[in-house]
Amino acid sequence: MPFSFNGLQYVVGAPENVEGMKALKPLRPFDDAVIAFLNDLSGELRKVREYPDVATFGFWCRKAALLQEKAKYDDIAERFGKGVVFHSTPSNVPVNFAFSFAAGLLAGNANVVRLPGKPFEQVDIISAAVRKLLDGQHANLAPYIAFVKFPPSKEITDAFSAICSVRVIWGGDRTVAELRQSPIPARTTEITFADRHSIAVIDADAYLAAERKDTIIQNFWNDTYYTDQNACTSPRIIFWTGEKKAEAKEDFWSRVHELVKQKYTLAPVQSVGKLTALYSVAAVRKVSLVKSEDMLVTRLIPETADAGLMDYKYNSGFFFEKDIDRLAEIAGVCDLRCQTLTYYGVPETDFRTFLEETRPAGIDRIVPMGKSMDFALVWDGYDLIRQMSRRIGGLS
Amino acid sequence: MTFDDFLNMPPFSMDKAEKERALTGRLAELTKLHRANCPEYARMLETVGFDPDGVTSYRDLPFLPVRLFKDMELRSVPKEDVVKTMTSSGTTGQAVSKIYLDRTTSANQQKTMVKIVSDFTGSGRMPMIIIDCPGVVKDRAMFSARGAGILGFSIFGAKKIYALDDDMKLDVEGVKAFLEVYRGQKILLFGFTFMVWQHFYKELARLKEEGITFDLSNGILIHGGGWKKLISEAVSRDEFHRRMEEACGLKDIHDYYGMVEQTGCIYMECECGHLHASNFSDVIIRRPANFSEADIGETGIIQVVSTIPESYPGHSLLTEDEGSILGEDDCPCGRKGKYFKINGRLKNAEIRGCSDTYAVQF
Repeated sequence: MPFSFNGLQYVVGAPENVEGMKALKPLRPFDDAVIAFLNDLSGELRKVREYPDVATFGFWCRKAALLQEKAKYDDIAERFGKGVVFHSTPSNVPVNFAFSFAAGLLAGNANVVRLPGKPFEQVDIISAAVRKLLDGQHANLAPYIAFVKFPPSKEITDAFSAICSVRVIWGGDRTVAELRQSPIPARTTEITFADRHSIAVIDADAYLAAERKDTIIQNFWNDTYYTDQNACTSPRIIFWTGEKKAEAKEDFWSRVHELVKQKYTLAPVQSVGKLTALYSVAAVRKVSLVKSEDMLVTRLIPETADAGLMDYKYNSGFFFEKDIDRLAEIAGVCDLRCQTLTYYGVPETDFRTFLEETRPAGIDRIVPMGKSMDFALVWDGYDLIRQMSRRIGGLS
Repeated sequence: MTFDDFLNMPPFSMDKAEKERALTGRLAELTKLHRANCPEYARMLETVGFDPDGVTSYRDLPFLPVRLFKDMELRSVPKEDVVKTMTSSGTTGQAVSKIYLDRTTSANQQKTMVKIVSDFTGSGRMPMIIIDCPGVVKDRAMFSARGAGILGFSIFGAKKIYALDDDMKLDVEGVKAFLEVYRGQKILLFGFTFMVWQHFYKELARLKEEGITFDLSNGILIHGGGWKKLISEAVSRDEFHRRMEEACGLKDIHDYYGMVEQTGCIYMECECGHLHASNFSDVIIRRPANFSEADIGETGIIQVVSTIPESYPGHSLLTEDEGSILGEDDCPCGRKGKYFKINGRLKNAEIRGCSDTYAVQF
């Protein structure tokens, strides 16, 4: 049996599924059967109270939301899924695999999803719900779905890579490089999620004028400390615009500090790691540390904010911070690696002007503060539906 | 005090007040020296807004995480003056610390080590059994921690023998003959804790069952490198001591704590089972949340200061180890200074995020 190996475990589906995938008829993007399946999955998962990330995924894949997404595409009649998508998902984020899988299915494909290696209950919950639906009223989609787990193995990666039309690799530069050791067919395309960094822009005056500052702080927490400030979407540098910057920063950071003190656990190794990161950048660049009573919030003011600064990014509450007069001054850090810009109090039109005038190599998403982790079908600069489907040309 | 003044005193003689004055003077001076001669270090101090002239205690001096020496070259002397580069042990693929020594620093490391160790072994050299294989020191160009430890302690040995061959097998005949020649004399044994247990003790215990015995009741064993591997075999310090005595009569056993980044200033375990800071150095326990100084008995991250390093800015370092101070100036063994215990490495934290990397790469 070509798709069974030592150490390869099928959590959903079986080797026969994968065997048969190449012969399946592709689906259309946003196929009714897929939307119905995801909507039922949504129904199962939105009941999950213990895991907000599972519930968030459940909320995202409900029918009404998917139909809204569908409405953004005007070429569905000429599109089909590319065939088989092989997803390699990150080992330390529990629910990311579900979004990747849903996008692959919505684009019209059969999906082999490599689940995170580490045991997460969220993965078990979602997998069980998928199994239940495929065993029941959505059996028609069962041939299109396999969830697998395996330890790092070139042999297994080779096998799945050899049959896929699209390979989706999450997990950063090293994982991408590792998976690229396994060849893919000539027509197969890849979607790679490389190491990225993200930034934030806050307008000081808008912040000071805001009535519900604690909501802003909570949103900032969600973008940063909630994932140890280590997601690709977590801002590593905060730019301040506006007039009363000093006053705004004072208020903002003291509230952040208060919240972090209540909610965050900084392990000793993280403290040492932050101190190391701070001295590492200090050794080679002109930066100054903002004094703090503890290690919870580390703020460094660089003399210049250029792309090289981001080589020294760190996590667990480690922020560069820069005052600017014009948005154009953020361009230095917006190299290819720059992914998400989160903002507060800056009008969207300012970003449009900035993008038009500066045309940075990076910045793939511009979203309000607190929304950095919200998954969308346009992610990391890729339109996932279009990247995982093919369009037939020539028909009028 | 100059470094020579430290050398001219008994190594465990300073009480808290005296040591506070002596260390503050010497370490503040080293801070200035490195600031003037190591541009990276100067920039680090500038970043944190450190003012060397405002120092009232060595406790206020900045401490560099040891990892920095793995990631960059930190030197306070020109390249030409480096006579030796020490590297930490690391498993393949891991970054290693690079410590640059000039003539003075290298010589002072050795003199310090002699002062400290002699306080436990008595002065004068002894026949020495190195519980390791000769291969570990062959490559003299690059010192590994194990090799450096052996070479460092070799100065206490008059005649030396390696107890293990390069396959880590006990050289039964060689050791027997060596003990025969030096019968009645005090013998120094040195090795890494796990090597001693795995390749020496276990073999002695096995041979004893076969009726082949060794008498090491005249021996003094110095061992270091940590208990991690022994703890996984459920061997405690007391058990280690008891079994050693049972196997070969060895009673005089001293653990030590030290690191390649501050070679020379080793912390020896006294007769009461406590690790001791000598006049030459000190340990300060830091609270992880804000790096303030912890109280006696409180567990925290270990900072070490050393009066030796002049060629690299390593006189005040934050280790990756956890421990606590047991007391100061009042150990029943009579030695002044702090005495402490090590709990082991800081625990790794698995942090979140979407890149498949883990919090700590050490």
